[in-house]
Amino acid sequence: MASAGRIRTIASDETPSAQERNEPVSGVPLIFELSSEGRRGTDQSPRAAGDRSGAELLGAELCREDLPGFPELSEPQVLRHFLRLSQLNFAQALQFYPLGSCTMKYNPVVNDELASLAGLAGLHPAMPAHLAQGALELIARMEAALAEITGMDAVSLHPAAGAQGELTGLLMVRAYHRKRGEVRHKVIIPDTAHGTNPASCTLAGFEVIVAKSNRRGYLEAAEVRRLVSDDVAAMMVTNPNTLGIFEQEIQEIAAALHERGAMLYLDGANMNALLGVAKPGHMGADIVQLNLHKSFSTPHGGGGPGAGPVAVRKHLEPYLPLPRLTHSSAGYEFDSERPDSIGRMRAYHNNFGMIVRAYAYILALGGDGLGMASRLAILGANYVRTRLQPHFPSATGEPSMHECVLSHDLEKRAGVSTLEIAKRLLDFGIHPPTIYFPLVVPGALMIEPTETESKEILDSFVEAMERIYDEALNDPERVKNAPQTLPVSRVDEALAARRPILRWEKPPLP
Amino acid sequence: MPHTDGDVAAMLETIGAKHLDDLIAHVPANLRASAAIDLERGCSEADVVREISALADRNTGASGFVSFLGGGYYRHYVPAAVRAVIARAEFATSYTPYQAEASQGTTQAIFEFQTLITQLSAMEVANASMYDGASAAAEAVLMARRLMPKRHVVALSRALWPDYRATIRTYLSAQHGIEIVEVPFDDVTGATDIAALDRIANERLLCTVTGYPNALGIIEPLGSIAETAHRAGALAISATAEGIALGLIRAPGELGVDIAVGEGQSFGLPLQFGGPGVGFMASRTTHLRQMPGRLVGQTRDRDGRRAFCLTLNTREQHIRRERATSNICTNHSLCALAATVYLSLMGRSGLRELAERNVELAHRAADVLEASGIKRRFSGPFFNEFTLKLANPMAALEAAERRQILAGIALAPDYPELSDALLVSVTEMNRGDEFGPLAAAIAEVR
Repeated sequence: MASAGRIRTIASDETPSAQERNEPVSGVPLIFELSSEGRRGTDQSPRAAGDRSGAELLGAELCREDLPGFPELSEPQVLRHFLRLSQLNFAQALQFYPLGSCTMKYNPVVNDELASLAGLAGLHPAMPAHLAQGALELIARMEAALAEITGMDAVSLHPAAGAQGELTGLLMVRAYHRKRGEVRHKVIIPDTAHGTNPASCTLAGFEVIVAKSNRRGYLEAAEVRRLVSDDVAAMMVTNPNTLGIFEQEIQEIAAALHERGAMLYLDGANMNALLGVAKPGHMGADIVQLNLHKSFSTPHGGGGPGAGPVAVRKHLEPYLPLPRLTHSSAGYEFDSERPDSIGRMRAYHNNFGMIVRAYAYILALGGDGLGMASRLAILGANYVRTRLQPHFPSATGEPSMHECVLSHDLEKRAGVSTLEIAKRLLDFGIHPPTIYFPLVVPGALMIEPTETESKEILDSFVEAMERIYDEALNDPERVKNAPQTLPVSRVDEALAARRPILRWEKPPLP
Repeated sequence: MPHTDGDVAAMLETIGAKHLDDLIAHVPANLRASAAIDLERGCSEADVVREISALADRNTGASGFVSFLGGGYYRHYVPAAVRAVIARAEFATSYTPYQAEASQGTTQAIFEFQTLITQLSAMEVANASMYDGASAAAEAVLMARRLMPKRHVVALSRALWPDYRATIRTYLSAQHGIEIVEVPFDDVTGATDIAALDRIANERLLCTVTGYPNALGIIEPLGSIAETAHRAGALAISATAEGIALGLIRAPGELGVDIAVGEGQSFGLPLQFGGPGVGFMASRTTHLRQMPGRLVGQTRDRDGRRAFCLTLNTREQHIRRERATSNICTNHSLCALAATVYLSLMGRSGLRELAERNVELAHRAADVLEASGIKRRFSGPFFNEFTLKLANPMAALEAAERRQILAGIALAPDYPELSDALLVSVTEMNRGDEFGPLAAAIAEVR
């Protein structure tokens, strides 16, 4: 009964189809349920006389019969369907989105337009270099800008995402040691690290050793000295760390690692605190990966695409992934003749569309503007932290950088969990912070306001949090039953995992 | 940045600081002293547009040329409705859908993407997407390794795209004890040499990876390859860079493939100098637990309504950390959305017709070339891409470029044994009257 979902007000006296049995359709039916046999959404150019069919050209045995279940809709139906879906989403452009460690800053709309310019969007990756000099120069300029921003010597824009940048960096560490005839098996990771760090280590063939941060939330050089050995290839450090505080001993940590021949890998996930504030290269980092979808404002896209450039010091340059951009009197071109390179991580050059957007952002802000962006991001985080301190005290007494990690006593006082607080925030039209992370803070709320949100927005967030605090004490059910104002109420994630339904299937004929 | 001087002052006062730099006074002084970013000062939006447009204009190959470039990324028409949907800020500026209640748009669209990929590939499960086809192929081999940890030999068809083979090698470089073997292609047909594969098909073989169609344009005998792999107890992986082909040729799932991956750029994404594209991965339900990447599942909300959320994330890095199936955190969600809209618009009959048009045009082009005495290098069946046999492919490319034609891709840099080969791709973006001039340009230097 595909028609059931088309008009939301259809009464309940219709018989549900097999697909919908016991599963009432919410706002928007699936595209497959809107199909009508024989309907079409596009027209192809008319066939010419003498055109041969696929079966004639290839033989019937190479051809499939049909695309069973594939959608059959008109263009307006398709457009309406996806626009309706769009209305079910929270998004940075619509809502305050203080998701810690994710840097949900405003994504300038002009950047999307620039990436769509015919000279950039229409460029085939196999285009001969002499016909693509503008794109290659843009890549060269972006590499140079990121080297300056990070204080590093060489940059590759190749990795498709931050996590792929991590893997790239770790494989380079591995290649570097091997070239020197050393096989090192271990990588040190702090207990506050993002989950991608240990996962990347495993993929890169390393065993993880966990370094404990001290009671104040910092890593101590002494702890690193205790753990480092000739079997340690590198240490991955996020700075500021996931508590949002600046690692005070980062330079001593770098020295302790270098003394034993190990590398410092700086996870640039929190770069939005560091622009014009402190350069990874000056901290002693050998490698840093950047997430262009964070500090450099490319849209998050509901989970990608991003880009994860890696910046390295001179001694690691030979190991950067292929291809490398080079420049000669003939202009720019890509070079794949690098015997020490770790090789490719993906097809072609890089996520060029994201590089264009990020480069436009860097041009617009300039060196001075980038420095101001980080300062205002830090201002916002400290402002929210100070204002929320009475109800949601900071998990650390140390100064916050671009994000703050808060805790609360509502679990104890009212049996209200961090998850429930987060869900209640949705009713206020605010996307919740990152929750239960870092793992070292029980019930953590990790808040990253970013520099593009105004004081009024931060004030309304603080007021919402204060109100939720009061509600939790006086009317806890309201918090526990949140959200009430969204297209769906609390989603049963346990059910989804217990009985996985991962695709739509055509209901059997009655 | 929205802050007025008054806002900054008021916020600093609340915090109890005098100046913005007081907030970073705890950062070691030597780091702060050298932190200034030496780039041009910021500029207006108009200046940025002027600057980037000037760079775009210097990409002279992007317009004014008739193009036959393919080789892994394909020129297809992108319907305006696709761009209209992915430009919506509600999709473009949302985050990974961790908060299901605030992400039903994204999660439902991903569920639809997963379904479309299973239909196209005739497989049972598909994930929420990967970075691109090459990294998806590499992740598929790692997945095979988790499924059969005791086997060590990975057989890569030499007719798999060079970038895919190189990416797989990089991803596997840190895996202990893996041996990569390249299976040659048949010099006559251009298809993977099944007899050569058969010789290494034993209890050590982990998996085969085959392009479908392959890097030489040939539609591989995927069923026989899968059968050979299965006889040895190994897994068969297929990689498809030209997704439109799956509208016409038999689906990997019908041919016994265990993991089908590919690149979805043909489904509504611009060429964009090679990225971002979108990888896809589909497999059998029995292999689900070893699949990398995000998955969206259908469930219910507290009021019994259908809802969608990320699921089975105990496989993933943020829960399992060093024991995760992959380090992948995001997919290429917005690109997967573009593919979802594209495939919905094309629909059951439209995708088939588009594929038929591609195969017909490509064969017509091959016929026109043949009539001018320009032969194909390989005899195997092809979809919309074929390899020409030329005495001097580089000279042919130069002659064609003088006539404003990008005739294709010379294969010699990646295949020294194919110094006589030019790969030509023909899509619905080409017109029948372009084939004569292509033949004339190439014939000029033959």
